[in-house]
Amino acid sequence: MATTVQSVSIFGMIAGLIGVMALVAVNALFLIWMERKVSAHMQLRPGPMEVGWHGAIQTIADALKLLGKELITPREVDRPVYLAAPIVIFLPVLVSFLVIPFSQNLIIRDMNVGVLLILSFAALTVLAILMAGWASNNKYAVFGAIRSVAQNVAYEIPLLITLMSVILMVGSFRLTDIVAAQSRVWFILVQPVAFILYIICATAETNRAPFDLPEAESELVAGFHTEYSGMRFALFFLAEYTNMFIVAALATIFFLGGWRGPFLPGVIWFLIKVYAIIFLIMWFRWTFPRVRFDQLITLSWKILIPLSLANLIITAFVLKLV
Amino acid sequence: MSLLIASLSFYLVVAATVVGAVIAVAARNIFHNVLGLALSLIGVAGLFLYLNSPFVALMQILIYVGAITIAICFAIMLSQPLYLPAPPRNPLKIQGAAFGAGLVFIFLGLLTRQTLWTPAAERVNDWSITTIGHYLLNQYVVIFELISLLLLVAMLGAIVTARGGRGSA
Repeated sequence: MATTVQSVSIFGMIAGLIGVMALVAVNALFLIWMERKVSAHMQLRPGPMEVGWHGAIQTIADALKLLGKELITPREVDRPVYLAAPIVIFLPVLVSFLVIPFSQNLIIRDMNVGVLLILSFAALTVLAILMAGWASNNKYAVFGAIRSVAQNVAYEIPLLITLMSVILMVGSFRLTDIVAAQSRVWFILVQPVAFILYIICATAETNRAPFDLPEAESELVAGFHTEYSGMRFALFFLAEYTNMFIVAALATIFFLGGWRGPFLPGVIWFLIKVYAIIFLIMWFRWTFPRVRFDQLITLSWKILIPLSLANLIITAFVLKLV
Repeated sequence: MSLLIASLSFYLVVAATVVGAVIAVAARNIFHNVLGLALSLIGVAGLFLYLNSPFVALMQILIYVGAITIAICFAIMLSQPLYLPAPPRNPLKIQGAAFGAGLVFIFLGLLTRQTLWTPAAERVNDWSITTIGHYLLNQYVVIFELISLLLLVAMLGAIVTARGGRGSA
């Protein structure tokens, strides 16, 4: 009996891993197409139209092109660190999928420290960006890395505090408990300030415009991944788009009731909400101009952190009184 | 099969800890030292996971790898440029460091021999979030507050040091 249980869990882990890999790949392909289409339509252009229906398989063609490209390693780079950085940025992204509940039953491992798992592995991304920038031995890359680290450190604090006010209401770090607590009303209605703070911080954490200073094309070429080519560059890209999926999934779980919704099955609802949030983040990119670096840091330390702390304290008071 | 995987991952984690620690001490490039430290800390997090305390393991990654290592990187950016030749190793300092580390090692070794370990199966209290929370806010509340006071002092010290800015230095 014990052996069957064991084999089932190993089988489950392998199936989960394959599922996550497939999801990461398909999600990135879809998001890149979606980004092109959204940006195009916001600028009254049609976007990619040639490959497939409305350019639907354009990204597959691009991915094949990237696969065929030569991997160039500049002579002056710090070789071991340079080669390790794309791997280090991609691994934590995969780990985060371990705890995301796509529906009632579709979850690889329902850990009681689910949120912390995602947040702590997200912290590794900063280290990977620093490794990439530093090892590239290129001033633009180093600048991009330094900016990215300053930004990520500043925005991680309000992000954690904001999520903490929801966790305080639920009393659990388990993601399924947080979804279950929203059976009557979504937390976006109870904690609207927290939702706005979270979306701002999530946009900054994923280095998206208007907070895309680490890879500001007009100033820094491509920022920390300037010296990477071919599939190595693609890994950074893949990690960035998967990170977008993860922050949107967290927003869905924390504020939009997770997989809950009428008529349609849970997974569909979950994905609809996730991609709605991603659409919102893309919308920001094509409507807001990029902020200046001092504005970016000031916004976090002087506005977002006090606001999120105030939100947390008010939440605690209300919970104590009610 | 799963026992094999478990022991394999255990040795992997131990190897990461030890190799990371060696890189952290021996490498000549200061950035490699930091990365070695990060690897070692991730290994320690793996050891916590192996001891069935995922909460402590994740906190280890979040605080030590995510925050402390990054803070050290910021300190490196403020230190002298890397293209300058590094000063030669001072043998006296190496001996002193080895002596200090040896003392800590002996102390910890004696401590582990003195402690009565209970195997995991017999242990009643699991080191979950609830247990740690209760400990921190009941039994060890004074120590907890003292640590936060220490952090406050460090923060004030950093502000005082940085207040002059670069111009007045």
